[in-house]
Amino acid sequence: MSDFPFLSILTGAPLVGALIVAFLPRAKPELAKRVAFVWSLAVLVLAVVMWIAYDAGGARFQFRESYTWIPAWDAKFTFAVDGIALVMLLLIAVLVPLVILASWHDADSSRRSVPVYFALLLALESTMIGVFAAADVFLFYVFFEVMLVPMYFLIGSYGGARRQYAAVKFFLYSLVGGLFMLAAVIGLWALGGKTFDWQQLLSADFSTGTERWLFLGFFVAFAIKAPFFPFHTWLPDAGGAAPAGSAALLVGVLDKVGTFGILRYCLPLFPEASTWFAPYALALAVIGIIYASLLAVGQNDLKRLVSYTSIAHFGFIGVGIFAFTTQAGTGAVLYMLNHGLATGLLFLVVGMFVARRGSSLVSDFGGAGKLVPLLAGVLLFAGLASLALPGTAPFVSEFLVLIGTFSVNKTVAVIATAGIILAAAYVLWMVQRTTQGTLNPALATVDAMRRDLTVREKVVVAPLIALLLVLGFYPKPVTDVINPAVQATMQDIEKSDPAPAVTEAAN
Amino acid sequence: MEDLSLPKIDYAAIAPMLILFGVACVGVLFEAVLPKVARRSTQLVLALLGLVAALVVIVWQADTRVLTAGGAVAIDGPTLFLQGAIIVLGIMALLLIGDRALEHGGAFVAQAAVTVGSEADRRQAVKEQGATEVYPLSVFAIAGMLLFVAANDLLTMFVALEVFSLPLYLLCALARRRRLLSQEAALKYFLLGAYASAFFLFGVALVYGFAGGVEFGTIHDSVTESTQSTVLLYAGLAMIAIGLLFKAAAAPFHVWTPDVYQGAPTPITGLMAACTKVAAFGGLLRVLYVGFDGVAWDYTPILGVVAVLTMLIGAVLAVTQTDIKRLLAYSSIANAGYLLVGVLALSKDGLSSTMFYLVAYGFTVIAAFGVVTLVRDADGEATHLSRWAGLGRRSPLYAGIFTFILLAFAGIPLTSGFIAKFAVFGAALDAGEVWLVVFGVITSMLLAFPYLRVVVMMWLSEPGESTPTVSIPGGLTAAALVIGVVATLVLGVAPAPLLDLTTSAADFVR
Repeated sequence: MSDFPFLSILTGAPLVGALIVAFLPRAKPELAKRVAFVWSLAVLVLAVVMWIAYDAGGARFQFRESYTWIPAWDAKFTFAVDGIALVMLLLIAVLVPLVILASWHDADSSRRSVPVYFALLLALESTMIGVFAAADVFLFYVFFEVMLVPMYFLIGSYGGARRQYAAVKFFLYSLVGGLFMLAAVIGLWALGGKTFDWQQLLSADFSTGTERWLFLGFFVAFAIKAPFFPFHTWLPDAGGAAPAGSAALLVGVLDKVGTFGILRYCLPLFPEASTWFAPYALALAVIGIIYASLLAVGQNDLKRLVSYTSIAHFGFIGVGIFAFTTQAGTGAVLYMLNHGLATGLLFLVVGMFVARRGSSLVSDFGGAGKLVPLLAGVLLFAGLASLALPGTAPFVSEFLVLIGTFSVNKTVAVIATAGIILAAAYVLWMVQRTTQGTLNPALATVDAMRRDLTVREKVVVAPLIALLLVLGFYPKPVTDVINPAVQATMQDIEKSDPAPAVTEAAN
Repeated sequence: MEDLSLPKIDYAAIAPMLILFGVACVGVLFEAVLPKVARRSTQLVLALLGLVAALVVIVWQADTRVLTAGGAVAIDGPTLFLQGAIIVLGIMALLLIGDRALEHGGAFVAQAAVTVGSEADRRQAVKEQGATEVYPLSVFAIAGMLLFVAANDLLTMFVALEVFSLPLYLLCALARRRRLLSQEAALKYFLLGAYASAFFLFGVALVYGFAGGVEFGTIHDSVTESTQSTVLLYAGLAMIAIGLLFKAAAAPFHVWTPDVYQGAPTPITGLMAACTKVAAFGGLLRVLYVGFDGVAWDYTPILGVVAVLTMLIGAVLAVTQTDIKRLLAYSSIANAGYLLVGVLALSKDGLSSTMFYLVAYGFTVIAAFGVVTLVRDADGEATHLSRWAGLGRRSPLYAGIFTFILLAFAGIPLTSGFIAKFAVFGAALDAGEVWLVVFGVITSMLLAFPYLRVVVMMWLSEPGESTPTVSIPGGLTAAALVIGVVATLVLGVAPAPLLDLTTSAADFVR
């Protein structure tokens, strides 16, 4: 079964779907929506089959495929996944159908073509899968950059009030990061033996200075994409202006490319530089947790608020990555998955509120729970999940990150833990101001606010809630897949976990 | 008395040039004898046939590597590749030049001598057919470019420079509308071009004084072996470089570019942006790689500064432009900088990547100017950027094409622009020119902004009262657009064949 070209089909299929949907007649929006939804379901089925075929205890990279592309540069279409990439692929495959379903009416009110909206979503899925599945640095870079184009048009053409500004800011920030990376990619190629093959580059040797510069080139691109403090300012604008479904994909998946890139490219290819820069990266991550949490508390716009919570969560992921222990690393990867589910859900639910109220300002709500109790309940659940309440999946990952970090760097772990308290503050206060308390009289006059969860919306939120609960109680299937990949990454940078102090004392 | 023997000439090797010069002369004859009604179609068909015939000969001669005509002409890999590129791009430009579906009578004035603003001028603008002299003039220019990239001594190169420049000066003055702007452009181009030619010629004289000959082989030998003072050599090389960098539109010799690109008829701007660039860089490559490679250590830093200046000036000034043709002109200046980065790698990779870049950029830029000819209102082309607002709503297809072209200029992957940039930067980094690559990347970031601004204008702004319509292109313009866009896409997705071709062609004969 592992000879089956899963990865190239997974990458190509959504693109084909996008082309089909784009050329469906504009007058039949329902048809386009259905085709897009069914197509993304088919991709999900394929991804699940791949998950089953994946051998958790087997080779580090599986489903490897390689086709010649540009022989002059030794650039190839090489796909392969390790546990980390596999988890992300599955997250994409799960989120896209749900986002399509949740965005069913998003494009209707826009003056733009409805089929194109769904075609862009599918095209985005294709590039996102490609970026995680690529095992060739050149191919990775191509997907990394091309990914911007559909997202740019999703924000710019279908977004909210400040969409132009947000789309351009998003594009320019990402492009600047991408060009830093381009310089590093060229350097890596020229100095690393004229190849783009990840496996071969792993054994390339660089002088200390060169390695640090190359690391920086990649790191800046990933730090902008993730985004880490202080490169984060584009995200609240983009997240605030994007339609809710696209924002869920933007924050839930697209930004993970940054943290994934650090794990896949920065650490293994430049181990010495990673160790050297780790204290700075940790500092940025910790500042990001505290700073973004404080800003989130002060937001009055629901979508911007969720964007800021994401920046704080990316701080946790950054801490987990740069702590250099298997526990923290596994926690970070698990966090990438769980954050995608929890924040994805939060964005979608917020989108449902915004669609009903026609505004995303917290002050326009108030006591909404009296009108739409079910929806308010889901908002509370999504909020609790994203503040990492025990019993929900993010708790497991946050806990792993913190104990993994505590064993090597107590200061960072202690400061990061303060972020949990702030998380409780911004989530609970947001929930209180929107759904609890006395009913905002202006809210009661909005007819749409009297309609609770529809069947379509229930179908959207149910799988995410189920996944968050199941992975909260039983994360083993996922950690089994992630653990070997993280261990291999730690070996690449020659880090071993600290020996447990207790056993030594007992001897 | 010694016998004078004529130099042996390999006629097959120089056949493409002979064909084109012949076709151009026949074209001039046709102007004299054919009735007015028949001229335009005959001239267009004749010119296209001539170009295609020359291209066929080049393909057929692909393995030729000779010095011929007494060492004045070198037919080698780079020559044949660049000649082929010039002809293909020339065919595209000629398709734009020949289009008459967009405007009654075409993009060219009926009689260049008509006083601007007079009654006769207004009459010609609305009614009369455009001048058909543009076809032989274009063919002369293209033929001159072929000779320019093949020239193996400085004098032949100078003659070729004049042969391709003079028709271009004339063509610039022939716009049907906005004639004052067009004439001003031509005059500026001519005066500055004349200065540049004078510099070039003076440089040739000085180098002759140093080397005792003008053939690149002789110069190469003197540069490596001569024990004379090198003052003449450096002064001469500097002046020759000024002449060439002027044609290539590199800073600080770029000031003519925006005015000329804006004033010239748009199809001619396309011809200059694509073909002149190929020719100028072809000449520059041969001068630096074949003739003066012995002093590479001395000129690299200076040309490096020129490259950085060119990229910076092109990128920074592109940000402030409000006219699409001027924006493309500054973008072409910045691209000259990227090309110089490739040239300065001074290696086989540098040569092949520069040639790849020239072709990739040529296809894209002609398509870009092709789209510019489509966006028009009652007064002709609407080139002010504010007029392009909301174009995506009016005409999604052409706005989509232009967006794709701009993404290619910005170097987004899956377009030829990305592969080309990657190739020149890779060659330069491999040659140790790290700082050139750093500046290349920084200016690419700057340049992304003006391109993106146009995309935003077209798609994210609402169309206003003054948004012009996009004309449906005639078959000729449509063909040029299709060729340009398809080439941009194919060279971005599957660049391997052309990369292999440039690599195998990247050997000069000396």
